[in-house]
Amino acid sequence: MKKLDFESLKYYTGDEKPFQVLSQDGEVVDKDLMPDLTDEQLVDLFKEMIWSRVVGDRSTKLNRQGRLGFIAPTQGQEASEMASNYAMEKDDFLAGAYRDIPQLVKHGLPLAQAFMWSKGHYNGTKFPEELKALPPQIIIGAQYAQTAGIALGLKKKGTKNVAYSYTGDGGTSQGDFYEGINFAGAFHAPAVFIVQNNGYGISVPRAKQTAAPTLAQKGVAAGLPCFQVDGMDALAVYATVKQARDYAAEGNGPVLIETLTYRYGAHTLSGDDPSRYRSSDEEAEWHAKDPIERMRNFLTKKGLWTEEQENAYVDEVNAEVDAAVKELESQPAQTVSEMLKFEFVDTPATIQKQIKKYEEKEAK
Amino acid sequence: MAKITMVKAVTDALDEELARDENVEVFGEDVGKNGGVFRATDGLQAKFGEDRVYDTPLAESGIIALANGLATQGLRPVPEIQFSGFIFEAFDEIAGQMARQRFRHSGSRTYPVTIRSPYGGGVNAIELHSDDFSGLLAQIPGLRVVVPSDPYDAKGLLISSIRSDDPVFFLEHLKLYRSFRQEVPDEAYTVPLDKAAVKREGKDVSIITYGYMVRESLAAAEDLAKEGIDVEVLDLRTISPLDEDAILETVKKTGHVVLVQEAPLQGGVSGQVAALIAQQGVLSLDAPIGRVAAPDTPYPVSDAEGVWLPNKQDIIDEVKKTVNF
Repeated sequence: MKKLDFESLKYYTGDEKPFQVLSQDGEVVDKDLMPDLTDEQLVDLFKEMIWSRVVGDRSTKLNRQGRLGFIAPTQGQEASEMASNYAMEKDDFLAGAYRDIPQLVKHGLPLAQAFMWSKGHYNGTKFPEELKALPPQIIIGAQYAQTAGIALGLKKKGTKNVAYSYTGDGGTSQGDFYEGINFAGAFHAPAVFIVQNNGYGISVPRAKQTAAPTLAQKGVAAGLPCFQVDGMDALAVYATVKQARDYAAEGNGPVLIETLTYRYGAHTLSGDDPSRYRSSDEEAEWHAKDPIERMRNFLTKKGLWTEEQENAYVDEVNAEVDAAVKELESQPAQTVSEMLKFEFVDTPATIQKQIKKYEEKEAK
Repeated sequence: MAKITMVKAVTDALDEELARDENVEVFGEDVGKNGGVFRATDGLQAKFGEDRVYDTPLAESGIIALANGLATQGLRPVPEIQFSGFIFEAFDEIAGQMARQRFRHSGSRTYPVTIRSPYGGGVNAIELHSDDFSGLLAQIPGLRVVVPSDPYDAKGLLISSIRSDDPVFFLEHLKLYRSFRQEVPDEAYTVPLDKAAVKREGKDVSIITYGYMVRESLAAAEDLAKEGIDVEVLDLRTISPLDEDAILETVKKTGHVVLVQEAPLQGGVSGQVAALIAQQGVLSLDAPIGRVAAPDTPYPVSDAEGVWLPNKQDIIDEVKKTVNF
């Protein structure tokens, strides 16, 4: 009997190098993949990364002071998050998860509202009319499954827009992850699915999620083109996601992209302690790949960025954070009667009775 | 006006709404070319095209998520779950997502989705096809749960559900699909949501029920009338939210009440109805609340349905116990 070649069934072997454009010292290592961005856009993208780092650092402090609530740290993932988001257009639709707040804000949610969401004030998810996004998804995988529907809706409208979604490495084990990419594939819907592989689902290392050597290759199960990219390299992330976005927008169907990245902080600030499951050597290894430093080296060498510029910009972001905190802290107290009104368009009699009851209580 | 079955009434309602509103889309497993496993969507794809009426991959979570996603783009999805025993695959997308989307957006978005799904016993179906999980659905804030008991209500309630800007779970009883015909207007009309209906007026005792048990209750009422017991039958029609006024009104009128459901005693919505009466209608009662429900086991194997499902005789016995208390 002929012996089957099981190795040949593996689309990725794990030996492939992820796409990379920049070396850590800011040299272009792959000219072919270099994205077509103007100097102004390169600086603009870098500023969004700094913005995310500053807002992340401030959010951690504000959380410690009890002035913010739920925070899932993003420091370390600025290239993965901000460069992928930078490839998207304003009328593209974002369905992110709980760690994807920076993208949501850059897509149009006022920072003050993002802070309200963190603190747990219902005004945080009163979305502006023009904001094409869903609130951060807490149920891991649900955003992927819904993205297929959002994308099919965009296709039916005939716009050249895409739906895009993010999950983490742990999220790729969910049924909804697979159903989402499979539905989008079956309907040839314009979607870009991004897996931010930061190595851990809380404490569980990526290797315990699956025997697949890459997460990108999971797209093969749904018939999607799939790519693995250096998630600490903003230009590689942008180049890949931009091409995927345009490919999907042109009616070719969805794409799956895995970004290899790392979160410097905890899973969330709600009690997770990464020192229980990560070594300081490993953390140092990833800090040495810092996405902001890499991009700064590149821009400085090109004469597009100076320390003075950076200091001035950091001051600007800090002022923006201060203003957002001020707005957060001036929100009115939340009422049960208003929550009841949010529930239905056509409020049933049972709920009307409860509204009346709570309004009387609140008037006292 | 024509005498039609409930499944035809469902098809007609979908037909009317697909024609009326270009944002309405019907999709699910085998609802397209095949016309649905019960022919509920028969002929609709041929009439409205594959963009409006279409098949999906076999994955319930994906189907309801598709609906939730389409709703963000201004569409009015009417997905089907082939049998409501399969809702668990989609429970997050129903309870965790669809039902709370408007609330989660603090009122700034709407999700006008109507999920259709058959359920119900008495047709010898295989496992997890007939289970009555209406109580689980009725416990989800933000979701309306509608259960018609005849062709007229089915058409009018389905049209109201589809036109509603709030999410609706629309349960269609398998045994009611083709068991009888009723005069139904040819044109579109609506039956109001959140409103129960007195299906038989009576003065001695109130049966409060829904779904197929409305038929059994009406049959029991006819038999009881011969023995001089005048039964009022209240069909809840929308089981969440409850029509509290109609429930309290019939209790006040008769002073005796029997709650009838097909679901096991620990399920359904009779417990919620009983609590409402205990809280707001207890002074009208001349006897303890009677209850008819299935035993607290999982739905039985098909040949055991006959001994397991509540039926007319169970209702007659419970009514007599209550009025003779």
